[in-house]
Amino acid sequence: MEKNRNNERLDKTILRTSTNYLLPLLILFSIFLLIRGHYLPGGGFVGGLVASIAFVLHSFAYSPTQTVKMFSIKPFFVIPTGLMLCFFSGMLPALLGYPFMSGVWFADNVVAIGAFGSALIFDIGVYMVVIGVVLTILFTISENT
Amino acid sequence: MELLLVILVGAFYSAGIYMMFRRSMVKLLMGLLLLGNGANILIFLMGGLTKGKAPIIRPENSKFLEVYADPVPQALILTAIVISFALTAFAIVLLKRVYTTTGSDDLDSLNIQDLDI
Amino acid sequence: MTTNFILAPILMHMFTAIVLLFFWQKVLIQKIISIVGNSIAFLLCLRLFEMTLSQGYLTLQLGGWQAPFGITFISDTLSAIMVLLTALVSLAVGIYSTASLNVSRIKYGYFFIFHFLIMGLLGAFLTGDIFNMYVWFEVVIISSFILMTVGGKKMQMEGAIKYVTMNMLASVIFLTAIAVLYGITGTLNIADIANKITLVENKGLVTVTSLLFFVGFGIKSAVFPLYFWLPSAYHTPPSAIAAIFGGLLTKMGIYAMLRVFTVIFQPDYFTLTLFSIIAVLTLITGALGTINKRSIRRILSYLIICHIGYLIAGLVLNTELAFVALVFYLIHDVIVKSNVFMISGVILKMRETVDITRLGSLLKDYPKFSFVAALVFFSLIGIPPLSGFWPKILLFQESFKQENYVLLAGLIVASFVTLFVMVRIWSEAFWKISPKPITEEIDHFAPFSLSGKIALIAPIVGLAAVSLIIGLNANSFIKLSEKAAYEMKRPEIYINNVLGSKE
Repeated sequence: MEKNRNNERLDKTILRTSTNYLLPLLILFSIFLLIRGHYLPGGGFVGGLVASIAFVLHSFAYSPTQTVKMFSIKPFFVIPTGLMLCFFSGMLPALLGYPFMSGVWFADNVVAIGAFGSALIFDIGVYMVVIGVVLTILFTISENT
Repeated sequence: MELLLVILVGAFYSAGIYMMFRRSMVKLLMGLLLLGNGANILIFLMGGLTKGKAPIIRPENSKFLEVYADPVPQALILTAIVISFALTAFAIVLLKRVYTTTGSDDLDSLNIQDLDI
Repeated sequence: MTTNFILAPILMHMFTAIVLLFFWQKVLIQKIISIVGNSIAFLLCLRLFEMTLSQGYLTLQLGGWQAPFGITFISDTLSAIMVLLTALVSLAVGIYSTASLNVSRIKYGYFFIFHFLIMGLLGAFLTGDIFNMYVWFEVVIISSFILMTVGGKKMQMEGAIKYVTMNMLASVIFLTAIAVLYGITGTLNIADIANKITLVENKGLVTVTSLLFFVGFGIKSAVFPLYFWLPSAYHTPPSAIAAIFGGLLTKMGIYAMLRVFTVIFQPDYFTLTLFSIIAVLTLITGALGTINKRSIRRILSYLIICHIGYLIAGLVLNTELAFVALVFYLIHDVIVKSNVFMISGVILKMRETVDITRLGSLLKDYPKFSFVAALVFFSLIGIPPLSGFWPKILLFQESFKQENYVLLAGLIVASFVTLFVMVRIWSEAFWKISPKPITEEIDHFAPFSLSGKIALIAPIVGLAAVSLIIGLNANSFIKLSEKAAYEMKRPEIYINNVLGSKE
């Protein structure tokens, strides 16, 4: 029994070490996907999936409870925050007098991001919703089994 | 290519309807999935297939001078796939709940409530 | 006129739903937010209704993409009426459900899903794009699946599996119809489709597509051969949910049918004959189904089917006067049907059962509640001067004028059976002396706090008052229906408002 557990820890060493390096890389990559998504392949949905896969990988290597500990808030509350962002990205042009959900853009390009506008805010909202939903599902499953 | 897709759509629909007539709940769900996929391919087919062209019209051409691929069917299919993904996920959970509450996979055993009035 | 305001009711419900998510599992706060959100949304819908009546068609091209490329939102008189009815019923049921539902249900996101459902309904009523309508339909059915199944017992699960299967099948058929329609017209904007479909040479294909739409919407609105899921599903969820389902969900199918068969397709002789047969059979089978039932909610489920027959009959007659009757009946039916389901919920609270053979003495114990219930029941039957009377008499008149005597007979039989069944409920549940003595344990209504009692009874009284006002003030409602019917008979106004007039 004791030997088994030792083996398990040894088995996971490679996974854990690589996860430690992969987690920040994957999250960085997901943000890259999120930002380039307006004109090029990528976007909030894909970015969110990549980010949540990073967390799923972490929960495989360690345990779901340890992954939850990385968040200071419950992942569930990421969902309404993201929805709220989407909502306001749609409302923003309406407040400026354009039709709802028109794209409004800042005149000047922002450093490292490029053109910044309501579409990016919407994408960030989607990104957060996807992360929130995937993590909530994951942790609900892990709590029940 | 069109003919192949037509046959595929027909196969999906017929297999889906056949599966829906089975008594097992899982097969019912399979049938619904096949029907949904059949509908998606039907949209793809009905949108018209254009090989090797981009869904882009050059800014200097104000009119549709040459054939271009229609991007709308793909957007529709993507939406429909996401929706059917959500519905399927829900239906699987529902089937599991039904199985745990009734202890049966047989749809004919689900008619008890209709007997009492 | 182009305005962003058309989206305000939809966005208000979405906003409320999102705010509710922040207060997950906090029951009291959720109740307050839901009531406030519903009230504001009701005022917004009222304003939208008033604007549509005074300024004509309101349109919005979403994101500034011109029709037919972008998604159009349009509010004509019919949409505005449906939006206002939805807001009214959602306000009433929202207040009702704060008291009638148990706490665990509210904890698991009842109000969140409820607002998403209403958002989907409003979206389906306001959109001018056929694929967008499909998406709103999916929003509605996913929400309704969750409301239907959460916390379910065995019986509810059995009903839910039929409900889910049939609704998913309906969606697939709807999607198939959209695919074929896109194939033959190459556009998704309803107004643009209407323009282009007249140029299609293969009329047979157009008819087949229209019938695909009819089957898809017919499953959702429970017409004759496609209704079997409804009676086995609608009596299982709690009464607040059944009130929304019974009042609005089937009517969403009818609305979509009206939109498709007035703007896109002009029904030909074959289609009308088919609809006529379906209408008569819906009326008769729905009516016959009620007769041998003992549970009030099962009776009401069959009555929904029966009364869908009236709406299909209006579509069959297909004249302006018939549409007046149809729109008026729609107004009446949405309000009264939700109300009778709420009344059945209160009866369940008072007596622990809705089986009419085991009920009794309600008139003696709760005279004021019984009076309101009687008002609603008589309004459902259509006793003058209550709201059900006027549209029915118009429908009779119109089918007599068109010499469609089979349909006329169906309408009259359905009317009589409704009378018989409602009187039976009244005499068995309210008049008769209760077969077993009423003890304190049975009555779950009396222990409610005063605010709880108000939350249960006020929506019922409110909706009853609305149906009384409709009945007494029928002239202005007929004028309103005439305006809607005028627009339904002239799809070119709709088309011009979306695409911009041609001159």
